[in-house]
Amino acid sequence: MSIASLDPKTAPAFPIAARAAMKDVQLRKNVQHATDVIQTKRARVVSEMPDWQQLREAGKQIRQHTMQYLDFYLQEFETNCTRAGGVVHWAEDANEAREIVIRLAKASGSNEVIKIKSMTTEEISLNTALEEQGIHPFETDLAELIIQLGHDLPSHIVVPALHKNRWQIREIFQREMHLADLGDRPEDLADAARIFLREKFLRVKTGVSGANFLIAETGGVCIVESEGNGRMCLTLPETLITIAGIDKVLPRYQDLEVMLQLLPRSATGERMNPYNSIWTGIHPGDGPKTFHVILMDNARTEILADNESRQTLHCIRCAACQNACPVYKQTGGHAYGSVYAGPIGAILTPQLQEMHHAQSLPYASSLCGACYEVCPVKINIPEVLIHLRNKVVEQNTAGISGAFDLEALAMKTMAAIFQDERRFRAAQRFGRAAEALLPSKNGWISWLPGMLGGWTQARDLQKMPKQTFRDWWGKREKDGR
Amino acid sequence: MRVLERLGHTVEFPPGQTCCGQMHYNTGYQAEATPLLQRFVDQFQHAEVVVIPSSSCVAMMRDHYPKMATQIDDPGLESAVEHLLPKVFEFSEFLTRRLGLEDVGAYYPHRVTYHASCHGLRNLGVGDGPLRLLRKVRGIELVELPGLEQCCGFGGTFAIKNADVSTAMLAEKTAAILSTGAKICTASDNSCLMHINGALHRQQTGVKTLHLAEILAGEREVTR
Repeated sequence: MSIASLDPKTAPAFPIAARAAMKDVQLRKNVQHATDVIQTKRARVVSEMPDWQQLREAGKQIRQHTMQYLDFYLQEFETNCTRAGGVVHWAEDANEAREIVIRLAKASGSNEVIKIKSMTTEEISLNTALEEQGIHPFETDLAELIIQLGHDLPSHIVVPALHKNRWQIREIFQREMHLADLGDRPEDLADAARIFLREKFLRVKTGVSGANFLIAETGGVCIVESEGNGRMCLTLPETLITIAGIDKVLPRYQDLEVMLQLLPRSATGERMNPYNSIWTGIHPGDGPKTFHVILMDNARTEILADNESRQTLHCIRCAACQNACPVYKQTGGHAYGSVYAGPIGAILTPQLQEMHHAQSLPYASSLCGACYEVCPVKINIPEVLIHLRNKVVEQNTAGISGAFDLEALAMKTMAAIFQDERRFRAAQRFGRAAEALLPSKNGWISWLPGMLGGWTQARDLQKMPKQTFRDWWGKREKDGR
Repeated sequence: MRVLERLGHTVEFPPGQTCCGQMHYNTGYQAEATPLLQRFVDQFQHAEVVVIPSSSCVAMMRDHYPKMATQIDDPGLESAVEHLLPKVFEFSEFLTRRLGLEDVGAYYPHRVTYHASCHGLRNLGVGDGPLRLLRKVRGIELVELPGLEQCCGFGGTFAIKNADVSTAMLAEKTAAILSTGAKICTASDNSCLMHINGALHRQQTGVKTLHLAEILAGEREVTR
């Protein structure tokens, strides 16, 4: 399946996109395999931690506290980052953030940038914006490179090319790198990427990164990664531009103790990331000469203002919820029509759109709770999903057209029935009368009308029993047990 | 019923009871669910213990009723909910936790597999309680279900709103059930069972679903 973009404003509703995605058998196999592998690794390294639940609680407390005093910590970060020689910029939305990056990249005198994997730059479609301005971005993370060279879109927060297998990757590399001969062993593919990227690292003078954490106490920025490409991008360029959502701040350096245990185990099933980089300002003769940090809001303060869904901002982008989600496993990431897919995407995306788009995403969950169970900072995703569903219903039932919303009418009717025992009994009788009109065989219905037809596309429905429990009970009481 | 009475308890069924409001609440109709909370409290507040044969209904009450009661700003209702909830048990929970029982004197000579319903597993934390009850059933041949903790894809209105994804999840579940060779799949939640049973019947597998209580009710004289 090929899709043009992951723009929630134009993406089809989840059930429609999911139906299309699930026709791609190869994609489903790839997603199933990859999520199984990561999930198993995660389970192993989590089970060896006797204090995992306390760590999760500590992580939650840190994030909760940070959000409560976010304004304070952001300003503290700005002060300390500036003192260390960085330049801090504030961006209200995606547009402002893109403009700042473009302006800074142009000022650096380069028409190319090397990039570290960053979800925030994906969120604002930075690459497209840079290209429109004649600035070529080179993704240096192996998976992002696969996506970029394959003219594809990320489908997972941590493993963006998770929907591709190694033979598909070999094809992309061979075609795009113009390689006459390329093996399909992981070593061959990594080697090809290494040769391709090394030249970029040495040539390009401007780097763009995201951030895993911003440390308010020191003004430092932290990135964790597995490949070392990040370290190259942080140390070789003359200008470094870091862009981060305002939710990425941590109060103290010490807080990394908790986060750097939770994140790698949850994300990649590793005890520790191979590369943990923290850079603070600039240092003469070492690393970039100019360092910028863009702090981007892009609807995050709206989320912060909502008591019930504020916890969405606690996310540290480990993607454990994606790997655990039975819905994501079936559809892969693209069906969510957003760079943030899976359970966290289902709550984050509509909120980043201020509930104007992606209203189908809060319903893209069976509320099984597997996401909440693995979340390293204990975000109660099912609770937030339900909260957002309530907002969607409020939208749908507002105004005149809302008065004729079929689902709302059905729900209100059922609520009225459930509020009264006589009505409930009458409804049971009515239900039996109504189901008598439906085609059935040996007490089973295999066709239902309208939106209920979703049920009978793969399942039968057993007819109501001749005697309900209620009738049986009533008779038994009368007969004196 | 039969299990509880066999264990010497007096069972009442308040006929005024209807629905806990989970479907409304979880679909986004919270305002419609609130009167049902009031109704539940009215119907059950004088019970010594409330036993509910559905883990998701209990999860609805434990996870959401206190917040709902607070939101409608009725201190009387809030304290009533606070008093009532500790007396509310899911069926297997009542047997294993409240009564401390594993052997309820049941007899059920069939090959059975057990599906861990999500709400029981994750929201209520019933753990292996239902399995411990099943292991003590005489004559039973209990086989482990692969992917035991994987959701069956029901999810209330999810099964209709996202019918394709739900069906794909269900297909994995039924394949796992069939791989065990069991003739019966049991669980502690009727909604999962209705979902699974619907597919097992459509596929003409000959495998059926039964609620945990129906198996625990089995007796030597009355084999099913």
